[in-house]
Amino acid sequence: MAPKLPPQHSLQHSSTAAAGGHSHHDHAAQPKGILRWVLTTNHKEIGSLYLIFSLTMFFVGGIFALVVRAELFQPGLQLIEPEFFNQMTTMHGLIMVFAAVMPAFTGLANWMIPLQIGAPDMALPRLNNFSFWLLPVAFTLLLSTLLMPGGGPNFGWTFYAPLSTTYAPASTTFFILALHIAGISSILGAINIIATILNMRAPGMRMMDMPLFVWTWLITAFLLIAVMPVLAGVITMMLMDINFGTSFFDAAGGGDPVLFQHLFWFFGHPEVYIMILPAFGIVSAIIPTFARKPLFGYASMVYATAAIALLSFLVWAHHMFIVGLPLTAELFFMYSTMLIAVPTGVKVFNWVTTLFRGSISFEPPMLFALAFVVLFTIGGFSGLMLAIAPADFQYHDTYFVVAHFHYVLVPGAIFAIMAGVYYWLPKWTGYYPNERLAQCHFWCSIVGVNLTFFPMHFAGLAGMPRRIPDYALQFADFNMLSSIGAFFFGASQLMFVLVVVMCVRGGKKAPAKAWEGAEDLEWSVPSPAPLHTFETPPVFNRTHHHD
Amino acid sequence: MSGGYYVPATSRWPILGSLALGAMMVGTGIKLVYDTGTPLMLIGMACVITVMGFWFRDVIHESMSGLYDAQMDRSFRWGMGWFIFSEVMFFAAFFGALFYVRTFAIPWLGGEGAKGVSALLWPDFVAQWPVLNPPDSSVAGPDSVLSPWQLPLVNTLILVTSSITLTVAHEALKLGERKTCRNWLAGTVLLGCCFIMIQGVEYYEAYNHYGITLEAGIFGATFFILTGFHGVHVIIGTLILTSMLIRIHKGHFAQDHHFGFEASCWYWHFVDVVWVGLFIFVYVF
Repeated sequence: MAPKLPPQHSLQHSSTAAAGGHSHHDHAAQPKGILRWVLTTNHKEIGSLYLIFSLTMFFVGGIFALVVRAELFQPGLQLIEPEFFNQMTTMHGLIMVFAAVMPAFTGLANWMIPLQIGAPDMALPRLNNFSFWLLPVAFTLLLSTLLMPGGGPNFGWTFYAPLSTTYAPASTTFFILALHIAGISSILGAINIIATILNMRAPGMRMMDMPLFVWTWLITAFLLIAVMPVLAGVITMMLMDINFGTSFFDAAGGGDPVLFQHLFWFFGHPEVYIMILPAFGIVSAIIPTFARKPLFGYASMVYATAAIALLSFLVWAHHMFIVGLPLTAELFFMYSTMLIAVPTGVKVFNWVTTLFRGSISFEPPMLFALAFVVLFTIGGFSGLMLAIAPADFQYHDTYFVVAHFHYVLVPGAIFAIMAGVYYWLPKWTGYYPNERLAQCHFWCSIVGVNLTFFPMHFAGLAGMPRRIPDYALQFADFNMLSSIGAFFFGASQLMFVLVVVMCVRGGKKAPAKAWEGAEDLEWSVPSPAPLHTFETPPVFNRTHHHD
Repeated sequence: MSGGYYVPATSRWPILGSLALGAMMVGTGIKLVYDTGTPLMLIGMACVITVMGFWFRDVIHESMSGLYDAQMDRSFRWGMGWFIFSEVMFFAAFFGALFYVRTFAIPWLGGEGAKGVSALLWPDFVAQWPVLNPPDSSVAGPDSVLSPWQLPLVNTLILVTSSITLTVAHEALKLGERKTCRNWLAGTVLLGCCFIMIQGVEYYEAYNHYGITLEAGIFGATFFILTGFHGVHVIIGTLILTSMLIRIHKGHFAQDHHFGFEASCWYWHFVDVVWVGLFIFVYVF
């Protein structure tokens, strides 16, 4: 599916550029085969690389989850040792957060942001390639820890000290270094995205003309640059405690294990919004398209996104209600957390109002987007329950928490990613995804996801702790249902791979404007999008735009 | 010059840089965990530096061939600005740790407030900063702390002066007085080297005469992580300024078009500001 090359025209470059022979019009110098992908500076190719990497890691992390669910199918220890169980829960979380969800959104950003703002490429294309190729290096190193003496990380994806320092396996140092590489990748990628959005918009496109996917990514990139360095800082302190005898997280030397939690969650809470804000952007593109109405409340969507991002810096300790915070802190973090419901409510209200009296059709992207609105909201409400500090004393570290964050991450972030993939596949490949198979994928996913995660609410409220390979008998039915759901959901995702592969190879031809109600700039270029687009900035036409 | 945005051809530096960084990290890990692997670490580090050199050479070459327009210049400005912001947040984590320990953790260890249960564990611990006697006797604290009004004050004066000399150099470049620029820049590099040497002397003193070590409880930990990462940044900044000196010498940079130089100045001023924060919160108070 080699993308078509645009007609040769060299007038757009300055004469020096053409004479220098460095310009990308120099197609004769384009390397072929695998090297083309390794050395590329093209935002579409790099976007595809990110997406393929993310999908691969989605299955790796998924298999880890299925190992966990297989062990939990029945009470008692059947299949694996508790030590290995701990490594599986840890690696599942780390891989899904850092190697599946985040790179998927970055891949979509790479593909779509230049197309949506009328830019020829990302602002810093070589840096873009570097950001991607750091990821396979980082996660090869991280996965290799499973094979090291003493096993891989076994302290949960939140790697609380002193479990991750004093009592950690030897491989923890490698885990830290792998996370450093992934962090560098995220920071550089985010810098690139901000520079692209602020500097590369088509002439005439104001900030408040940008599609919401671009807006949400701008704010996400800001969050990334603000908190990934804090993660780098805290894992560096871990590295020092483990290898150089410092006492950051050791009370015996005057440090404090709780300091770890503060620093980690100062990163960790914005991190969860990093994984959901771009999803908001995707859904805000899809719902208006298939409701055939402009998005309701464009400006309030932008302000709500910014408000959520700013509040995310003020709520981190709601993850730590039972650690022994002073009462004032408990109250502050409880109320600030509840405040987030306001801008989030604005968003859900706007999506629903966009649907109101729309001419709705239910193509696969729309199905996933609608499921997102409903199921993400369920995850939001259970979050609100967890925000109540005294109630959290009961819920903390139970399966209720697991149910909560899987509802916002799986039918939240991952459904939005899939919605985005189905939405933009015609633009990428020139063909529509197979409608029937995609519908089937959707309905199986929705059954699988609810079967897996809904019973976890009950198990958690009844007191089942998370991250434990065995459990009391009264939780058996809930766990069996969850495990059946998990395997069903996992198997359903093979359909997704099938749809994508089939769509790359052929199918119903898609026109430039693949969806009737789609309005943004990406639909003005041919499908499939040629390798180079918008080399001459397009004329931005504001008439159809959000008011 | 709309429509002329330069999109570079394929490049081998990103993939080589990734592999080099990977090798360096694996080497570092093997070194730390198994106490071997130093060669891999050093080779990886050398490769990272080499790749950066070639990458920057390409960028300089493209810039000098006039491939970059005003829009490209803005991309670099946004890029460098946000990179420095990420560095600010990196140091913020360490400053945050310092403030948290001093404001909350140490008083609580001393039994203050409802959270002072650890006072049962270490009833003799006296909450004070700097912590000369860590709670547990297994951790030896520092014998005493460094006076801020000796070497640290000298270093503060050196770095603040260096920011001024660098600004003079920059102004000279803008006026086209390249010789003046070169001299003041050389002075800045010299001041940077002085800072690094004095910091080295101070570390030697700290380790050998004051008992301030990495293992010396929370004071040693926060002291070395803050001053250590700052010191690394001064070394990097000095190397950057040295390469700017070489470029000035080679005749690079136009009067009105020299973002490479300007970005180096931004970085240096950032390092300077971090030091002022360090001087106040690590040494004086």
